[in-house]
Amino acid sequence: MSSGTILAVVTLNMERVSGGTPIFFAQNEEEQERTALYLAKILDAMTHDLGNGIYVIVRH
Amino acid sequence: MPVLLPDYLSVILYGVLAGTLARIIMLRIDYRQYPGYPHGYLTHTALGFIASALGAVAVPAIFKPDYVAVTFLVLAAQQFREIRNMERRTLESLERTELVKRGLDYIEGIARTFEARNYLVMGTSFVTALAAQIGGLPAAILAAFLAIMVSFYFMSGEIIGDICEVVPARLNFKGSILQVEGIDIINVGLKSMREKILQDGLAVLIKPVDGNARATIHDIGQRMAMAFTAAVVMGTKKDVDLPEYTPLARKNPDTGEVGLYILPVEKDIKQLIAAVKLTPVLESARSKPLDARSNLRAVVKKVNRPG
Repeated sequence: MSSGTILAVVTLNMERVSGGTPIFFAQNEEEQERTALYLAKILDAMTHDLGNGIYVIVRH
Repeated sequence: MPVLLPDYLSVILYGVLAGTLARIIMLRIDYRQYPGYPHGYLTHTALGFIASALGAVAVPAIFKPDYVAVTFLVLAAQQFREIRNMERRTLESLERTELVKRGLDYIEGIARTFEARNYLVMGTSFVTALAAQIGGLPAAILAAFLAIMVSFYFMSGEIIGDICEVVPARLNFKGSILQVEGIDIINVGLKSMREKILQDGLAVLIKPVDGNARATIHDIGQRMAMAFTAAVVMGTKKDVDLPEYTPLARKNPDTGEVGLYILPVEKDIKQLIAAVKLTPVLESARSKPLDARSNLRAVVKKVNRPG
């Protein structure tokens, strides 16, 4: 079983995330959804919802 | 004794015929048992022919008697181990570009099966040749028929339908987590994907009938094999940029039941149930913890003995 890698983070709240992964800030949920979808398509990866306004793009 | 030569020739011929016939019949079933398997009809028929020739030649060698000649069967075994390696290599190299993975256990299972087939063919041709040598053509036909029957018995392994009950299941989301009858499958972040999954997805619940079956479907390789078979039979909407649609099988840690989720091309729950039931029980996954119980009890008694 391979483990996933976090490729990017899409957040509504810039103060809740930091670190070495690319972070994308979205103004609202609609923009967040769209950015996450585009990133997932570009990176051939999957979007996961952490439930606190943060999406992570993970390659499995 | 040159006079006997034609006799031996016919003996070998009957053996070879029976063996090759057995291999051809088995091939048809092989491909039904392992759908989505890259076909190599000619290769396997040719190898079956060689195996049956080896089996058949053993009989005149014994009757001659030329016992040294029988040792070439050892060489044959070596040769057929090579078949297993060949199958494994082919499937492993295909695995890299496979959207829905077979899993290493399944590959090993197929490779072993294809090796074992040749031993069955060798046995069939040996028995047929022996009968031909002793009882002539009628005996050979009877022996060939019986041997092919026995081969069938040995080759038709257990399937999931024998050890588990497969029932339709409900797909739902708890927040962003996809669930099959309460079993967590995967976190799906995008709302559009969630809607699509609820609309087009199918799910089944695989209930083991006893502890042995529970241990078998606990195996990751076995679960991958079920998801793979389902994806081959039903088709899947998964693509490189759509990892959300990967068919997945996860277990309920408390009951050992397995929930399987798939996004099929055609939404037909009956066919999905049939596909899951058809999945062969992998040799590497099959375990029988219930059979170990009595030994376990003896050991526990020994450990707990006072003094």
